[in-house]
Amino acid sequence: MSSSDVVIRVEGVGKKYALHHEKAKSYTALRDVAARQAQSLGRWLNPFTLAGQLRKAQGQAALERADSEEDFWALKDVSFEVRRGERVGIIGRNGAGKSTLLKILSRITEPTKGRVEIRGRVASLLEVGTGFHPELTGRENIYLNGAILGMSRQMIRSKFDEIIDFAEVERFLDTPVKRYSSGMYVRLAFAVAAHLEPEILILDEVLAVGDIGFQKKCLARMEKTAESGRTILFVSHSMAAVKTLCDKSMYLNRGVVAGFGETSKMISHYIADALPTDDNDFPVRLFPDAPEKPAVIRRVAVVDDAGLPERSFGMDAQIWLEIDYELKRDARDCMVIFSVSRDGVYIYQSHDTDRNESLLDGRVAGCYRARVPLPKRLLTAGTYLVYPAITIGHSGQYGHDGRPDALSFEISEDDQPMGIERKGYSYARGALIVAEPAWEVGTIDAALWRNPTTQLPSPAGYKHGQA
Amino acid sequence: MPTTRARRATSSRDPANQWLVLEPNGIEEQYWKDLWRYRELFAILAWRDIAVRYKQTFIGVGWALIRPFLTMVVFTVIFGRLARLPSQGDAPYALLVFAGVLPWQFFSTALSSCSESLTSNVNLLSKVYFPRLIVPAAAVITSFVDFLFSFGILLVLMLWFQWWPSWRLLTLPLWVAVAFAASMGAGLLLASLNVQYRDFRYLVPFLVQFGFYISPVGFSSAIVPAKWQLLYALNPMVGVIEGFRWAIIGQGALINPIGFWLSMGVTALLLVMGIRQFRQMEKRFADVI
Repeated sequence: MSSSDVVIRVEGVGKKYALHHEKAKSYTALRDVAARQAQSLGRWLNPFTLAGQLRKAQGQAALERADSEEDFWALKDVSFEVRRGERVGIIGRNGAGKSTLLKILSRITEPTKGRVEIRGRVASLLEVGTGFHPELTGRENIYLNGAILGMSRQMIRSKFDEIIDFAEVERFLDTPVKRYSSGMYVRLAFAVAAHLEPEILILDEVLAVGDIGFQKKCLARMEKTAESGRTILFVSHSMAAVKTLCDKSMYLNRGVVAGFGETSKMISHYIADALPTDDNDFPVRLFPDAPEKPAVIRRVAVVDDAGLPERSFGMDAQIWLEIDYELKRDARDCMVIFSVSRDGVYIYQSHDTDRNESLLDGRVAGCYRARVPLPKRLLTAGTYLVYPAITIGHSGQYGHDGRPDALSFEISEDDQPMGIERKGYSYARGALIVAEPAWEVGTIDAALWRNPTTQLPSPAGYKHGQA
Repeated sequence: MPTTRARRATSSRDPANQWLVLEPNGIEEQYWKDLWRYRELFAILAWRDIAVRYKQTFIGVGWALIRPFLTMVVFTVIFGRLARLPSQGDAPYALLVFAGVLPWQFFSTALSSCSESLTSNVNLLSKVYFPRLIVPAAAVITSFVDFLFSFGILLVLMLWFQWWPSWRLLTLPLWVAVAFAASMGAGLLLASLNVQYRDFRYLVPFLVQFGFYISPVGFSSAIVPAKWQLLYALNPMVGVIEGFRWAIIGQGALINPIGFWLSMGVTALLLVMGIRQFRQMEKRFADVI
């Protein structure tokens, strides 16, 4: 690879934000500025002694330094190069500087330090449906959104049919998008973006919305894009998506490039690094040893079918709850428990001894890994909290370790749950759980209403579309 | 104040082979070229504002006609009939008033929508790049469309009073351009300040109301005492409205030459200041808004 292949060159880029500690709002009210000025004026007019004035001024200055502004470097000395046709994933925790980096590359904000060189037309997609106006129709929004993303009117016109095909919203083209279901809205927005033809495409977490089927379609479309020699920068919290799409990744940690290389290496680097934290927005969590406890939970994770830690799932996805624990001594009546709650309501609990009572007879000391699949298509869209626990003895009298709300995961609304393909309906459910449908539908004779023992006729007896 | 330099190597005309350089403390030569490149976005944003403006209203674009017309009627009755203020030459008082209401309404709506334009497009500013100047400019265009509608009323009024315009009516585009400049200048200033200090959101309606009283909308400039004329002419809208009257009413219209040029000068100054202020603060919009 020659250096002429380089299309993005970032050298020593830093981005500083001033943090206002008193701020509850991001903008300043003129009143605050005026008040600050008046304060400093008042200090100089203070009719006390010089010494007193000095002391007071010093105190005031220290106070102001402490509570007014503090510099925060969202990015520090970031340097890297991306070659033509490369698909680079950017991973890191919230606040690691991923979005700031993308904002600099897409010229929304400028670097405080350093230099960025970009060769080729850039399209950045930091949000799905930027600039969509609820009052405008689907057709109008395609043109509006296309123009905002940098497409010419001519280009949009030539791709128009492709866009509505991709979005599958042809019947609602002339309906204001405020009447769209959320799924339709996202599909339309993404369809426009998917037809951009830049040389460099910058994507920020945009796949996190929409149903799984559509996400796959978008990923496929983007892979096609990359094959045609386009360069992609892709930020995502979904390790699976990064792994499918990107061969190379950058791991950002607190504004610093902590690694840049093969995606699978970066992911394991990231997961290993990010572990011992206090927040539950990460799909893996490690816990320290507790010597006084006979049984200790050391690691819990929510993983997908491939065993990769994952936070967001569609309704059809297979979710695994995984736990690593350590037994300090042999134990009888030991039990591992996973509970799942949403909005404070526990809706699922499973013990590793369920239908496997022999486990109660005894386990030898050692380290264990256990995992349990959540039933597919059980939970509706929402955020769920996972509570792992391990107990020894009845109600844990000989030992207990529990981590309430250790992890969280999200289920997003499928547009076609249970295989419903018809468009234009919103299937959002208000309830917490669904189940594999087993409905029986048939017609009966009205005279049978009073007969409690009457069975439904077989489904074959139901005549579709007839009264 | 860090600014970003964006320049392209001149060696090649093919954009795929041109380097775009972003760094702090540079001069952005690219900006005005970009402004041209993004002209389609400008057109579509202006179209959006117009399309959305009267959605879900019953009389729709009728609002653009009703407001100036009613203002004109009320002013004619109050100033012309009740206060018996003099008209200019032999022009009907209604025509005198409408020639003032027309540019004033354009200026005031343009100013308000221009100064609100950035804060009401936060999602765009923080998610995509384009020369930010497009947003307030599109907002002014929207008010201009309203102006065109109410201009129709003027034509009807002239027919009604059988008032034949002279060649001076042809200078009207020039006065419209001055009104554009005045509203853009003040609007850009207020829009960029509004991003940082939301106080200006409350200041603007007050400014518009205040400006209304010190501009010759309902009366002729002639009734302003001579010793106040210069101070009075510092208001950029004085020049614009006098220009409108000169073009529409013709001969009888009075223009105080010193005051007029003062007014034009203030307009030019406002525009330059507005653009400079805007360009200076533009870099930080996405960070502050």
